[in-house]
Amino acid sequence: MQVYADNAATTRMHQTAIDAMTYHLNNTFGNPSSLYTIGQQAKEVLETARANMAACFGAQPREIYFTSGGSEADNQAITSAAYLGARKGKKHIISTTFEHHAVLHTLKRLEKQGFEVTLLDVHEDGLVSAQQVADAIRDDTCLVTIMFANNEIGTIQPIEAIGAVCHARGVLFHTDAVQAAGHVKIDVNAMHIDMLSLSAHKFHGPKGVGMLYARRGIILTNLIEGGAQERGKRGGTENVPGIAAMAAALKEACANMDANTKKVTALRDKLIDGISKIPHCALNGAREPRLPGNVNFCFEGIEGESLLLLLDAKGISASSGSACTSGSLDPSHVLLAIGRPHEVAHGSLRLTICEDNTEEEIDYILAELPPIVEYLRNMSPVWKDLMSGKRQFTL
Amino acid sequence: MALYTETVMDHFMHPRNVGEIADADGVGEVGNAKCGDIMKMYLKIQDNKIEDVKFETFGCGSAIASSSIATEMIKGRTLEDALALTNQEVVDALGGLPAHKLHCSVLAEEAVKSAIQDYYEKNHIEYDHSKFPKKEDCESCCRMV
Repeated sequence: MQVYADNAATTRMHQTAIDAMTYHLNNTFGNPSSLYTIGQQAKEVLETARANMAACFGAQPREIYFTSGGSEADNQAITSAAYLGARKGKKHIISTTFEHHAVLHTLKRLEKQGFEVTLLDVHEDGLVSAQQVADAIRDDTCLVTIMFANNEIGTIQPIEAIGAVCHARGVLFHTDAVQAAGHVKIDVNAMHIDMLSLSAHKFHGPKGVGMLYARRGIILTNLIEGGAQERGKRGGTENVPGIAAMAAALKEACANMDANTKKVTALRDKLIDGISKIPHCALNGAREPRLPGNVNFCFEGIEGESLLLLLDAKGISASSGSACTSGSLDPSHVLLAIGRPHEVAHGSLRLTICEDNTEEEIDYILAELPPIVEYLRNMSPVWKDLMSGKRQFTL
Repeated sequence: MALYTETVMDHFMHPRNVGEIADADGVGEVGNAKCGDIMKMYLKIQDNKIEDVKFETFGCGSAIASSSIATEMIKGRTLEDALALTNQEVVDALGGLPAHKLHCSVLAEEAVKSAIQDYYEKNHIEYDHSKFPKKEDCESCCRMV
């Protein structure tokens, strides 16, 4: 059986999105900046997509900027807010230790440019609180950037409460909603979100397309200079088929959100309950509030990459926060941020499911995973030391 | 294009000489759980020759494959020959490793050396200390090659 359980990495494109993309590849080749009819038809496709995207978040179409993906949107949002702040002498930014690297690396670059960054600690349940944000805000804070839901452990942050704190203090609030968009309800007004990033391929759209929402009045800094596209804020001829496909995928995801959430949450809970029966393992991050499709466990005494390879041999695609899967020597910064020791963080497994997964697939994972964990533990000197008491169990 | 060669996958999926030798003559353990790799090697030695060898590994696919193939390579060798095993020979025998996995082959080489060193120590046999990696040295397990 083939089970794709890495939907946080990317998703299979849905037919709605493929249809939209192929239709426009076939029929809409014009440049949206051209004044003749063929060009203006492409422009209309863009503007329809923009309106549809905006409607999913309670935003205005003019507040939507198309990008090449979530990383570009994160880079542009944070850089823009920082430069706006600097003009007023505000050079302090608040974020968290477990953001995506698109955020953390952008902040690192800004630090080199003289900005001061406060990274809030994440509680072991995988959440930061609005109170932490309130306590960290200073007179010179220009931006708070906190992810909507974490990409590894799926915990959903108290965005509305954080947004309210930022709003009350007059600080711009950006959220990286790459994992959340299309999966949980987002209202930029009710949640006081000033800027939001998303990526199409996380909700069954195509890769290479994303969106930045920036509240009216926020002046963006260009990352790509060029022409008048995207109100002059993002040069380059627009990816019309990709954008149309993204809008179609998001519209579908939002329309089916309640049903998907119900179905996927039930599958997720079955997976969590089943895996929890394996001795000496623990769910990473609170069970709620958590993305409907996210399951992330640490298993003591084993290493994640070998676990992934054996799961792959059984047809199961998953991911891990072990160092060996990251190409560096450190395990996931997210797992370290929630207080998992290095040796335990190496033994993590992330299974991220979606509405296309079936109960049979969950049963299959639950049948295949425990013997693999046991097999690896049986050849692990760490496990032997844990069992003999030479090393202390932490889970 | 797979991450690992067929030989690596073969040794990972079907590791040779896994386990423990209860009455081993030399036992070596290298690596650090913090770094995500620990290799433990058990040797049974007779007449200066490795009669039997077993390993236990906590680590990624290439760590398990490196230990497995290293046990095959040293079985039957004299201690001097086994000490001559280099990480490059392990890499070559595996048909290559990705660049960021080369340290796994270093661990395999060091696990062999550490087990032989343990045998020398236990039996009060004189040996050249400079030829062995320092114990409790996390630098070696995290050494990027």
